[in-house]
Amino acid sequence: MSSETGFDPALYARFPTQEPRPPEEEEELRRIWCKPKGWEYLTVVNNNYVGIYYLGTAFLFFLLAGVLALLMRVQLAAPLMEIVPQATYNQLFTMHGTVMMFLFAVPVVEAAGVLLLPQMLAARDLPFPRLSAYAFWAYAVGGLCFFASLFVGLAPDGGWFMYPPLTSKAYSPGINTDFWLLGIGFIEISAIAGAIEIIVGVLRTRAPGMTLDKMPIFAWAMLVFAVMIVIAFPSVILATLLLEIERALGWPFFDAARGGDPLLWQHLFWFFGHPEVYIIFLPAAGMMSMIVATVARTELVGYRLIVLAMLATGFISFGVWAHHMFTTGMPPMTTGFFSAASMAVSVPAGIQVFSWIATLAVGKPRFNAPGLFVMGSIVVFVTGGLTGVMVAMVPFDWQMHDSYFIVAHLHYVLIGGMVFPLFAAFYHWIPMVSRRALSERLAKWVFGLMFVGMNVAFMPMHLAGLMGMPRRVYTYLLEHGWDLPNLVSTIGAFLLALGILLFLIDLARNFRLAPGEGNAGNVHGAGTLEWLPNALYAARSIPVVNSREPLWDDPQMSDDVAKGRYFLPRSATGLRETIVTSPLRAEPQYLQIMPGPSPWPLAAAVFTAGFFLGLTVQAYPFAIASGVLAVVGVLRWLWETDRRVGMEGVDIGADIRVPTYVTGPKSHGWWAMVILLVVMGMIFAMALFSLAFLWSNQPGHWAPPAPLAAAWTVLLLYAAALALAVAARALLRRGAGWAVAALLLSVLAAGAALWLDHGQWRATGLIPQASGQAASVFALQALQGCALVIGALMAAYCAARAVRGLVSQPANNTIDVTMLFLAYAAGQGLVGALFTRVIGIG
Amino acid sequence: MNNRADPVPIGGSWPPPVLDPAGPFSEPVTTLAWALLIGGAVVLLVVLAALGIALFGSARLKARLGGEKAIWIGGFAFPAVVLTGLLIWGLMLTSSLSATRIAGDEMRVRIVGEMWWWRVHYLDGDGREMLRDANELHIPVGRPVLLELDAADVIHSFWVPRLGGKMDMIPGRTNRLLIQADRPGVYKGQCAEYCGGPHALMGFVVIAHAPEDFARWQASRTPAAAAGGRGLDLFLSSGCAACHTIRGTPANGLAGPDLTHVGSRHTLGAGILPNNPGTMAGWIADSQAIKPGNRMPAYRQFDGAELRAIGDYLAALK
Repeated sequence: MSSETGFDPALYARFPTQEPRPPEEEEELRRIWCKPKGWEYLTVVNNNYVGIYYLGTAFLFFLLAGVLALLMRVQLAAPLMEIVPQATYNQLFTMHGTVMMFLFAVPVVEAAGVLLLPQMLAARDLPFPRLSAYAFWAYAVGGLCFFASLFVGLAPDGGWFMYPPLTSKAYSPGINTDFWLLGIGFIEISAIAGAIEIIVGVLRTRAPGMTLDKMPIFAWAMLVFAVMIVIAFPSVILATLLLEIERALGWPFFDAARGGDPLLWQHLFWFFGHPEVYIIFLPAAGMMSMIVATVARTELVGYRLIVLAMLATGFISFGVWAHHMFTTGMPPMTTGFFSAASMAVSVPAGIQVFSWIATLAVGKPRFNAPGLFVMGSIVVFVTGGLTGVMVAMVPFDWQMHDSYFIVAHLHYVLIGGMVFPLFAAFYHWIPMVSRRALSERLAKWVFGLMFVGMNVAFMPMHLAGLMGMPRRVYTYLLEHGWDLPNLVSTIGAFLLALGILLFLIDLARNFRLAPGEGNAGNVHGAGTLEWLPNALYAARSIPVVNSREPLWDDPQMSDDVAKGRYFLPRSATGLRETIVTSPLRAEPQYLQIMPGPSPWPLAAAVFTAGFFLGLTVQAYPFAIASGVLAVVGVLRWLWETDRRVGMEGVDIGADIRVPTYVTGPKSHGWWAMVILLVVMGMIFAMALFSLAFLWSNQPGHWAPPAPLAAAWTVLLLYAAALALAVAARALLRRGAGWAVAALLLSVLAAGAALWLDHGQWRATGLIPQASGQAASVFALQALQGCALVIGALMAAYCAARAVRGLVSQPANNTIDVTMLFLAYAAGQGLVGALFTRVIGIG
Repeated sequence: MNNRADPVPIGGSWPPPVLDPAGPFSEPVTTLAWALLIGGAVVLLVVLAALGIALFGSARLKARLGGEKAIWIGGFAFPAVVLTGLLIWGLMLTSSLSATRIAGDEMRVRIVGEMWWWRVHYLDGDGREMLRDANELHIPVGRPVLLELDAADVIHSFWVPRLGGKMDMIPGRTNRLLIQADRPGVYKGQCAEYCGGPHALMGFVVIAHAPEDFARWQASRTPAAAAGGRGLDLFLSSGCAACHTIRGTPANGLAGPDLTHVGSRHTLGAGILPNNPGTMAGWIADSQAIKPGNRMPAYRQFDGAELRAIGDYLAALK
């Protein structure tokens, strides 16, 4: 067998080891990964807790958004009802969509990832536990404040898609819209943080021997999901920034009268918004694939096809966004392309559905709770997929777009593709975290009510759409004849809600949280590693994986793992730690020392929330103070990380030795920074796209750009900044002071370049309020300014660590990531300075 | 498709408007819709049958279904073939229906979406305005109508399902849409893009006339000298004229709908009320109760006699 890292796979044969382990080893693990007491429940970072918090909060938002839906259904039960006033209704549907998409669907699958992935991969935790905790708290605090805006009538009312100019200051003068824009800020932060965590976790913390093709299919799904977040979310991050700048400062990105374009928002929003659907669907499909195999008691048929299908879905989903815009007057060539892509994306979905059916055919399917939800999900999702193909047809979409037919379609897709799989997952995995499984008897009622209620609620909406009923209407006239389908829908919605209420009753009766001790166990007889005997430190020892369902193929494994006969049966350093493995073949590379509980992620999250809320209500001093404290909180939690322990190499079992400190491209920190830079690069690329889009759509508003010839000083300074940043890594061998000096100089050079760049544009006489072009150029510079402020903070942080003797030589991770960031920032500035001057130069 | 002589409102009866086309720009889409709905139902049944076999089928059938071959056939080959066919159909239909192909002899109308009503400008062949109206469109049967769609404030969307698909009205650009009615009648539509506030109550009607009726309607568009009297005096002295135009009178406001022929409109309040002196008076007295959030203030200061006077005057503006 060949090797990826030079690790000899023959060493795996040493496991399971035979000699008994000393009993105090397990005692020590228990002490290191101890259970929190009292207030410590707020400072935990372990995925067993954070995952549950995350999941619980996301489910709470599901229930809240569901209640909003019921209120809407009551109002629409009959024509011209006056139960919910117009203004409230418009807030209700905006919040229902926003909360379901941003506060439930994305977070709940991230939560499932945080909770399940370490267990499935047999890692002790995800690689950045404090980042997970921060992401969770930012989401929970921010999300709850955002939701509360509904109780004071300040909830956004522009629809979850927030199209300007309806959402511009002129037509939405209140702060409702700002609540949306800034409220979404939290979700963006936590989604990106979660994506980084998941990518690095899946690629670098798998159990030894778990090559990519032996990875549980859920991990594949989460990997594709996280990569899609990294590519799609920057678009909505930029869009929300631009709209908030337009509202606050009057820069006309979306104002056609001043050279902006309302369609720019639609492109940016849907470039995120449609992949978002697959971002939600893929992890749920991954769960389905795991659960189907267990329900059918056989291995998944077409594992490789499913992986390919998921990769294809991820890829194609970035070419379908404009199918939300078929009625905006795009030329037939353009709609044709997006129509084809929208149809093509149904092929990989079909492959997954037939794989599930094939798996059920091969095995002996059980009609237990997860099984029922799996089967119901297939039926509902296929129905939604078929109507999806219908509206991918441009002429049919011209009729059905923005009608209730679409409401029906999207709920079939999302409930069949996401909610039912999630309920299957609840029934399947709750025995892993609870002392008792949920009731099978009650589950049949829960499923029956949800399945019937769902169909009764949403099937008539197809008809309402064909009858001409538009979406987002708070009432309707009797003469349209929409009353009967609407009444039936309302009845169905309450049946669905009744099913969910029964589920809550079941939870109350049977869900007894037991992180790390005495869970109900592998009641369904699944074959993957999350069903190993588990404690707060996850599995006692980390097994060598030779197949996709190791527990089925090696009945001894659970026992061997619990007795410590595999990797890392103890804490090698006396600290929290996990094995970092290579991305393809999962060969052990080094031992990562993990940070423990800390109040600082919580503090940073609360102050982050304070920052955004302060901006929303225009309490600027409060916002600035909160922002500073949030940064302090993040730096404070980082301060304790990236420390070398005394031992250079440690025995991780069977005399296999790995280092405890690794720098450069092998280290998990380097990986995380590279992913973050991809996010930044995507935000920047979207900003460049915005400028180019306005140029091609609003040429009449274009002024000659700043002269290209004069830009050489700017370019030279950025090039120097880049060189200095890269040089810092080499200079570290001479001394920490040298490296820090290079980093600080890099910041200075880039800052000077930005200053010059800005001056040259100012000299053209353009002001950002005057035209879409000027607004976009100055927005790019503002983006660059933000990058440099962050870079300066990082360089100063490096300097502080150097002063305190915390910068290890000859190489250090903190210096590495700062170097990467500054090099990127310099490159971004260089590209921006060139691009803005070239667009429209003729 | 049944041929209805009487004006028929949208909905309420079978078939629903999207499946009940009244012209060449909706008819082929209805054919497509039926094909999609029936085809979709058939595919759903096939998948259900496959699921049924997987769960309850004989060992022989299950063995056929339980392999990668079945996945390739059901999940890849079948959809690929069907979708390719659909795509070609869709592309051909898209180009034949879209307003990129203009013959030049279409009737031209510019419609501007406003928060929460429609400004209608009838244009001549050179694009000059011939006539101004609001919230309804009169067309002759059998002749294509080229709509030039624009928006004054936020994005709206024009949709009259029985005559054609919908098209967004976006500030800063003019979108074009072709519609045509082959039978006389009243065709209802409604704004399809959420535009805030009372978006739900932003309706529209298209009235298709037989050619001779259309000529008669056109001839009637010169403002008749409706008896002014007290109604007109109240109209002019109470601020109504600041927003509304009545040609032939000093009222020349532009913010709201042109009322020169308001008495002959099929509806009031943009497609939401029948038009008679009673509803007219009710709308004036408290349009905010009827259509909350609309831009017209309630005129509660009028007493009953004054309301009747204004209502009668406006109702007489045929």
